[in-house]
Amino acid sequence: MERGNGPRPLGSLGGPNAVSGPTLREAVRQARPSPTASFSAPGVDVPLAHIAEGTSLAAGSAALSGRSVMLVTRDQLGAALAMIDLDGLVGRMVLCPPDLAATHRASLLADAEVEAIVTDCSADAFADVDLPLFQCGLPVRPLPGGAAPSRATEWVLATSGTAGAPKLVAHDLRALTAAIKPVPASDDRITWATFYDIRRYGGLQIFLRAVLGGRTLVLSQAGEPLVDHLGRLREAGVTHVSGTPSHWRRVLMSAEAGGIAPGYVRLSGEIADQAVLDGLSETFPHAKVGHAYASTEAGVGFEVNDGLEGFPASFLDDPGDCQLRIADGSLRIRSNRMASRYLGADPPALLDEDGFIETGDMVERRGNRCFFVGRRGGIINVGGLKVHPEEVEAVINRHAGVRMSLVRSRRSPITGAIVVADVVPERPGDEAALRDEILQTCRDSLPSHKVPALLRFVPALEMTPAGKLSRTAPSQGPRA
Amino acid sequence: MAGPFAMSTRLTILSLIKDIAAEQKKTLPPLTDDLVLLESGLDSLCFAILVARLEDSLGYDPFTASDDVYFPVTLGDFIAFYDGAR
Repeated sequence: MERGNGPRPLGSLGGPNAVSGPTLREAVRQARPSPTASFSAPGVDVPLAHIAEGTSLAAGSAALSGRSVMLVTRDQLGAALAMIDLDGLVGRMVLCPPDLAATHRASLLADAEVEAIVTDCSADAFADVDLPLFQCGLPVRPLPGGAAPSRATEWVLATSGTAGAPKLVAHDLRALTAAIKPVPASDDRITWATFYDIRRYGGLQIFLRAVLGGRTLVLSQAGEPLVDHLGRLREAGVTHVSGTPSHWRRVLMSAEAGGIAPGYVRLSGEIADQAVLDGLSETFPHAKVGHAYASTEAGVGFEVNDGLEGFPASFLDDPGDCQLRIADGSLRIRSNRMASRYLGADPPALLDEDGFIETGDMVERRGNRCFFVGRRGGIINVGGLKVHPEEVEAVINRHAGVRMSLVRSRRSPITGAIVVADVVPERPGDEAALRDEILQTCRDSLPSHKVPALLRFVPALEMTPAGKLSRTAPSQGPRA
Repeated sequence: MAGPFAMSTRLTILSLIKDIAAEQKKTLPPLTDDLVLLESGLDSLCFAILVARLEDSLGYDPFTASDDVYFPVTLGDFIAFYDGAR
């Protein structure tokens, strides 16, 4: 079926990246899901065969045709159903991340030129938004008649930005699915699960694998105790499970870890260290344990399946479908899985002059192996969530008792890294009281992973000759 | 943790757990040795904070110091892990 030939109310949509290919709904149909294949959430399973021929959108949603739409759902099941309904129908689909701060919503709506919101929340949640609302959610109703929409929808994901407001990254479905290898139709044993939220790149990859393969996907649910989540994974007999190293360390610390018996364990989103790889191989002796390099901008880069941290240096010379190079100490990637561009009024360039994406991930080569050693610019990765030090410093510096502060990363065996702060007080005084006040300010205005786990007072901070805060100074703690 | 009386590892751990739970607005069950850590109401971030603060209080981090891979499951395991690494 030809795509992208309908009306395009938004001049910015389409263009050279518009591609032909099946929509998600067509992909589900082509996969011929078995009657037992479903999207599974706490207390509810929705069969894929039912989803292929139904819709979670309320009547009147044909008006969304070609529009720029933001999808805001309370849980992942609502998002999963609506993504299948909206792909092919809307011009642009912006996936609202689960933890988007209310203060950032307006800038996202403006950057993506959003014309309507599709949601399963009540209208009260959008009292400050002057856009039409379209309801979605269970039950799945029969599809209205007429030709199936087949537009080349632009997919937009949010990633962490420098000033705290997320950046919007545009993909097309072909790039999002380019790393997914077809599974033989005869192999109906695969059951997917992900600890990620499917509205983020890592989780979306697993969602798309389930959709394209017509397989069951067990969704995670925010706030669900890990014991209950693992119980659902066990009951569903999951075979392929994906999460960040921090997700997996949590599983390893759970008494129920041995209750699941996956054949494939996948890590991505953070540096996979040898301890977590070894721990997983020990706990799941029959599983293939692999770590994948992926980011919202670069897409899926490569997979490492030899059980070792880092990646073989031979990947750097490989002229295959994902090309890697190291420049100024950080990894650059070019592949057919990359995003197409950033959105916004004055978007930064996504690619360098050679068509590579600068990932910002610092890599060190030791012999025949390359190792990830952190992020450029001091960005801190706490359990897969990125923190920009400047954002936390700005909050700390708001306190009248603070002269200046330096926020940086400290290694953690649990979440990979945590946020720590050095603070120069305005004048000597009651440090305990000042610490409590500063941390309370942080807790009031930042999500918990951005609040410094440790805060110490220092007489001065080192400056560079250019008068900037030195971000390479030795930090607190022996391995900071 | 500074003071004239050095606290035992156990008391240091229990006191830090209570501090962190209060900061993160988590409700704790009774802190018995057979309590499964992940059923204590504390999340990964809470444990990361706990391990970092313990390293500052006690001067070591057994997770990183040890060559063996070990992830304690119960509170008793956790305390024994720290005691054994002293």
